[in-house]
Formats: sequence, structure tokens, C-alpha cells
Amino acid sequence: MNPSVVIVDDHELFRAGVRSELAAHVEVVGDADGVESAVPAILATEPDVVLLDVHMPGGGGVEVIRQVAKVRPEQRFLALSVSDAPDDVIAVIRAGARGYVTKSITPAELADAVRRVADGDAVFSPRLAGFVLDAFAGALPASQVDPELDQLTAREREVLQHIARGYMYKEIALRLGISAKTVEAHVSAVLRKLQLSNRHELSRWAAERRLVD
Amino acid sequence: MATAAPPAEHERERAPRRRGRGSRRVAVGAALLALAFLLALRQLGLLFPDHIVWPVMLAAAGVALIWRQWGGRPAPPPTTARSAATQAAPEPAVSDERAALRTLYRGGVGVALIVGAGLLFLYANGALSGLGDVALTALVAIVALGLILAPFWWRLGNTLAAERAERIRSQERAEVAAHLHDSVLQTLALVQQRADDPKTVATLARRQERELRDWLRGRPPTAERESFSAALEAAAEEVEEAHGVRIDVVAVGDHPLDERAEALVAAAREALTNAAKFAGEAGPVSAYAEASPRRVQVFVRDRGPGFALDAVPPDRRGVRESIVGRMARHGGTATLHTAPGQGTEVELTLEDRE
Repeated sequence: MNPSVVIVDDHELFRAGVRSELAAHVEVVGDADGVESAVPAILATEPDVVLLDVHMPGGGGVEVIRQVAKVRPEQRFLALSVSDAPDDVIAVIRAGARGYVTKSITPAELADAVRRVADGDAVFSPRLAGFVLDAFAGALPASQVDPELDQLTAREREVLQHIARGYMYKEIALRLGISAKTVEAHVSAVLRKLQLSNRHELSRWAAERRLVD
Repeated sequence: MATAAPPAEHERERAPRRRGRGSRRVAVGAALLALAFLLALRQLGLLFPDHIVWPVMLAAAGVALIWRQWGGRPAPPPTTARSAATQAAPEPAVSDERAALRTLYRGGVGVALIVGAGLLFLYANGALSGLGDVALTALVAIVALGLILAPFWWRLGNTLAAERAERIRSQERAEVAAHLHDSVLQTLALVQQRADDPKTVATLARRQERELRDWLRGRPPTAERESFSAALEAAAEEVEEAHGVRIDVVAVGDHPLDERAEALVAAAREALTNAAKFAGEAGPVSAYAEASPRRVQVFVRDRGPGFALDAVPPDRRGVRESIVGRMARHGGTATLHTAPGQGTEVELTLEDRE
């Protein structure tokens, strides 16, 4: 069965484009052009995945996630933006999005990303993988490290490097000699660290996010 | 506040029409209360002597009047004058001339009050008689003058600050406008001219996008930055433009652009050119660079047909050797990962020399 999707973006042309591109792969059950209309639309249709623009008037994607999560914490979001600035990406991930892709993504890849998020997995673009590797690069004093959250395991690092190099999950599994499910588990673990770690770079990026959209 | 409260409530009821009169009542009420308070203190003997208190009160009243008339916010610049004017003057019926007269009149009363206070003070202290204290007289005159002129100084300072802020704002606006004009508008014009040539349009749009992103992030253009990652990004931009293939660059960490790093960038450029030439149709090319003080690595990956390593097409051998040879000369390595149907990845590694 195709996953159900609500598209939230303040550009009508873009919504229409995504709708027609994804028509064969997902069931678009609604769309919205801003924070205020998005929240009731999402709560009314309860889609598998919300495709969410990061920059919108009235607080942007982060605000939509915040308001929906109060009522429906299990709602899954995939952020979709023209911006590839680290502060935008990290802010929306830390608000609770399960993935981040840029709008230059091909329709096939977008459909794949939606399906992956609908299945509960995380979706990292190569650039997001690069940000994460950057953020977790510096060594921390041992006293400040929460190894559960503040450091990547060697395997997680390897998986992220392959994503940054442009490999798909299937190809990564093949190259590393592990199953695709294991690759997904690693990525989900990284997503969790990204959302919960207090590493300086992450909080700084989250704080630097410009409030004027 | 018992006496003042009723008029205040009264005033709120019919605020729209009779605000001026209502606030005057409040003012009178407050003044009377203050007077009562002072008189009570005086009766209890807790007050400064009369010859200080009365002049100070007079002067205070004068200062209040002057500030009310002339100490307000400076007149806003012409662009926003209209909205500000409607705020400042809720009674548009009053003609400008009358308003000016009233201002002058109130200001005059204020000045007179301050001067009078000064004279009263001097008189009460005996300084006006022939043998009075000249220093004290001068001091009082200076204080009075200062009190009268203070609003004008304050206003002048405010006006200057406001003008400066406005000047900075308009400069910034002009800068943004000039930038958009030189970049985005030019590109849009070109795009319209070349609308029948999708490849050129895509290239134009991509170049403009990159330039605008750098500008928004406040980074200098890649050509003006001196580092390994900037050089790699610049190389990728050139290849992208030459071949019309999208190249996504992700760089983690950075490294100074020394001779060996330059060689690595040159080898990466060859690999990118190769990928764009032979696999550009199959989708975007990925370049991933990871730099640390000890090691710099570049991966160039395409989604093309790939090939069997032992059957390298002759037209690729030369380039491949130039990549491998160049890396070897600088103490690095180049590895090819490929198989038919799986795309090609070139891995370039430069370990730091001891």
C-alpha cells in the first residue's frame, strides 16, 4: 500500500509539482500553505508522513512539528528545503523530523525517502551526513562525554561516510557486508544522537537558526 | 489618589473626544496632591526651607512645560512623516498656525517660569541686592539656561541618531538592490533569452544558485577562499559548468592549501571531469572530501555504467594513469572501485608525511 502524505509548503507551484511527481508512489491526502493551516490539516488526515518545508512564514517547519507533536507525538515528518545551511537542517531534525532532503532531490529518490520515513526509518541526505560527521568530529574531554549520545561508533561513522559519498542504503549494506536493516538501524541510532546530544556544535547550530524566515 | 481617581475614570469613559481636557484634570489633581503633601511635610518641619522649595517647584513646572512642548521625539524623516504626524496630532482640526502659536505660548510660559524661579531663588537668598554674590548669580543663570536649552540638545542628539540609522538602512537596502540587480536579475534575463536551450538554462540557474547561497551565508566566493575544501568546490564548479552535469560536493573538515593538497585537487578535478563525461547522463556526480590534520581524502562517485577493471576502456586509461600517477608523485594513493552496472568511484588519499 502506498503511504499517505500531507504536503506543507508555502509555494503553490512546488506543492503542485510534488503532488504530480509523487502521484504514482504515494497517496497525497492533503496540503497546506503555512503553519496555521498545516496543523489542523495534519491532525484531521493523520497521514503516514508529512512533507514539510523548513522556511515558512509564522515559525516555519519547526513550529508545525512542535504544535502537532503536542497532540500527535507519533506523527512522522520528512523535512524538505532549498536551504542546506547547517542551522536550518539541525534545527528541524532536533525538533523531531525523521529526515532531511533538499528540493533538488529526484522524484524517485523523494518517493523512496517518503516510504522509508513511513516505515519508521531515518533519511539522511549526503549533506546532512556531512554535517553530522563534522559536528561529531572533535574529541571531547572524557568527563563531558556521554558515550551513548555524544559519540558515533566506528560503524555509524562508516555508514555516514558512505551516505556522504552518495551511496544508497542497499549499496552500503553490500559494501560493508551487513544487511540493509542493519544500515537502517545505524542511521536511526545516529538520528537519535542528533536529536538528544548536547554537543556544542549541535546546540550552536540549533541556536543560530535565524528567526526571520 | 482619592481626588484624582474620579476625573481619571471620567476621562476614560469619553476618552475619544475629550482627552485633552481629561488629562489636564488629572494633571491638576496630581499637582494639588503634591502640593498638599508638601504642605503637610512643611507643617511637620521635615522640609527644606521655603527659599529653596518654592523656586525648585516653579522651575520644575517650567521644565515640565518646556519638555512637553519641545522635548518630544524628533520629527521623523519625510518617508514616514505622515503616519507619525497622525499619531502625534490626534486633533487634525487644529490648524498648523494655531498649533505653532500654542507651542510658542506654552514654551514661553515654561521659560518664564524657570527664569522666575531663578530670580525668586536669588531674591530669597539676598543675591539680588547690590552686594550680592556674583558667583551664585552666575551659577543660577547657567542652571536656568541649561534647563531651558536641555530639550533642544536632547532633540538634536536624537535627530542625529535617527538620521544616522536611516542612512545606514538605506545604504544596506541599496547594497542588496545592487547585488540582486547584478546577479539574479541578469541571470533571469539570460534565462529568458535562452529559454529554448534547457542545458544552458540549467547551468545558468545552478551558477546563480551557488553564488546566491555564498552571498546569503556571508562567505566570499569560492575563488577568493584559500583552503583545500574551497579549491575543491571551485574545481567542481568549473567541471559542472564545462559539462553541464550536477556535482554535489560535501566537505567535512578542512586543510590548508599546500602543494600536495593542490595536487589532490587537480587529481580530483580529473576524476570529476571523467565522471561528468562518461556518466553524466546517469545522474548527479557526488564528491565527498574528509580532511583532518593527518589525512585528506576525496571520493568522486558517479552513477554511470561502470566497467570491469581488467577491461579498462582505452580512452579512460590515460586519464586514470594521470590521476594515479599524480597521486603517487605526491606520496598519495588512488583507488578505483567499479563493476559493470554499479557506477564508478575514485578514492584519493593523502596521508600526512612524518
